Amino acid sequence: MSRTLAAILIALLLGPIAWMLAASVLPENQIFSGAPVQGLLHASFEHYRALFDERGFLLPIRNSLIVAGLTTIIALPCATLCAYALARLPMRGKGVFLALLLAVSMFPQISVVAPLFLVLRATGLIDTYPGLVLPYVTFTMPLAVWLLTGFFRQLPRDLEDAAMVDGASRLRVIRDVVLPVAAPGLASTAILMFLYCWNEFLFALSFTFGPEHQTVPVAIALFRGRYQIAWGEVLAGAAVATLPVVIVVLAFQRRIVAGLTSGAMKG
Amino acid sequence: MSTIAVESVERIYSGRHAAVAGIDLDVAHAELLVLVGPSGCGKSTLLRLIAGLDAPTAGRILLDSIDVTNMPPQQRDLAMVFQTYALYPHMTVRENLAYSLRVRRFDRAAIDARVRTAADALDLAMLLDRRPSQLSGGQRQRVALGRALVREPKAFLLDEPLSNLDPSLRTQARAEILRLQRRLEATMIYVTHDQEEALTLGHRVAVMREGRLEQLATPMELYERPANTFVARFIGSPAMNLLPAAALGIPAAPDTMAGIRPHDAVIGEDGVRATVDVLEPRGHDTVVHVRLECAGSPEFVITVTEKAPPSGALVRVSWRPDRVHLFGADGRRSG
Repeated sequence: MSRTLAAILIALLLGPIAWMLAASVLPENQIFSGAPVQGLLHASFEHYRALFDERGFLLPIRNSLIVAGLTTIIALPCATLCAYALARLPMRGKGVFLALLLAVSMFPQISVVAPLFLVLRATGLIDTYPGLVLPYVTFTMPLAVWLLTGFFRQLPRDLEDAAMVDGASRLRVIRDVVLPVAAPGLASTAILMFLYCWNEFLFALSFTFGPEHQTVPVAIALFRGRYQIAWGEVLAGAAVATLPVVIVVLAFQRRIVAGLTSGAMKG
Repeated sequence: MSTIAVESVERIYSGRHAAVAGIDLDVAHAELLVLVGPSGCGKSTLLRLIAGLDAPTAGRILLDSIDVTNMPPQQRDLAMVFQTYALYPHMTVRENLAYSLRVRRFDRAAIDARVRTAADALDLAMLLDRRPSQLSGGQRQRVALGRALVREPKAFLLDEPLSNLDPSLRTQARAEILRLQRRLEATMIYVTHDQEEALTLGHRVAVMREGRLEQLATPMELYERPANTFVARFIGSPAMNLLPAAALGIPAAPDTMAGIRPHDAVIGEDGVRATVDVLEPRGHDTVVHVRLECAGSPEFVITVTEKAPPSGALVRVSWRPDRVHLFGADGRRSG
């Protein structure tokens, strides 16, 4: 019973992706022909060639990698220190702080687009990498802090106590003991942050003006021409954008699950 | 090695719960002091206060007569062995042993020499390149001990270091700790909930309950002259029989409780009538539970080294009058 349900669920989830992959190799006139299976006989990578040769799709990929990478590199260490303090150091109003943090990450993005736009324009950061990285850092931090706080709390406290009795300062304890032991949690948090930036659309659309700094989702969305939509290329682009995500998630599947669920690591 | 003094130390948590409610202790040079008590009595908290991992809300802690109450754990130069061992899981045994020395910026040669000495002393030489996850429980325990040993600290604090070991290994490890303590003339505070461990290990034993010190004495004195009913029942196995003196026909002030250790009572021709209830053979002796024939037919426990009477037998129980402990209505020893 549960197996059947699982199979149905997977089919529902994977159906569109299979359709995307199939359509991305079909000739344009076959995509809506209603007979995709016959169309597959004419399958070609023409759309992918066009994507990179004519659309210059490497540029948005590079932009996405830079923006997502920078965000992760900046936000992860900040979130780590913040989460460690919340998890371990005596502090007033921790609960309130964590609740506010969660509230912030629940804000509808659209509500801050206009004010953020004005801020970025005033500071001259519109249509630049920092103009995307800074908002992403503020939007990924709360979730990361929340995840990591829970993760650090589950680490055995004795380990840190032992290191302090051994003579290590608090920061040294974090470096030598907490970070290595927490590596799975840090890795899964980093991946989640990276994916958030990789998939983000609204900010990327609002705060960039031209292809120079546009990220992958924006580039794909803007494929639609004035008179027609090049569906084949849109779907090929979507496939290219999905692939890294799938590879990363499959490669780190166990760690992500372990990081999201338990967080503890047994010696 | 050094001395430790605890002066009216108190630790009250936010919920007004006093984990440690005013304790005075002195540990002499090369002394092994055991803190013992039921779980939640504050013995581990007291140890953490001495280590500097927690701060007392009142009182002072002196190390070699120097006030260290506000000194962070890093500077106290004490070594601690944790119940969970707390071995660094991502480091090899060698790295675990060397960590405190590396933090203190010892040079490589000195670190190697000390790690080798500690590894030899604890039979860890073959395991130096393993990770904690590849070790057995007993081996992990020895690494935890070794990590304290390499430090050559002012004193050792051990928090139930043997409670995660198999009983067979425990006796062996206990002897190991005793040998090390003698050889190094180490000042040691040892926390346990096991009264037998406390009696066999401690030069002196501090019995704690609900954050307070019930009695601080040598193991013999604790056993022979318990200061109150709590210590009387807590120390010794099986526990001391504690009944109203009047019920046993022992002359004393009203409300006095009489305590008789199971091995100080005998089953024989005369004494109080009783019915044998349950038998627990232990090899070298048998624990006999009887019901006395007096008000409320209370349970009474006797250890018998010869053949025990069968369950249901009618017997008579007597004891040596000079072996009876008397406690007043307030629970304190009165005779």
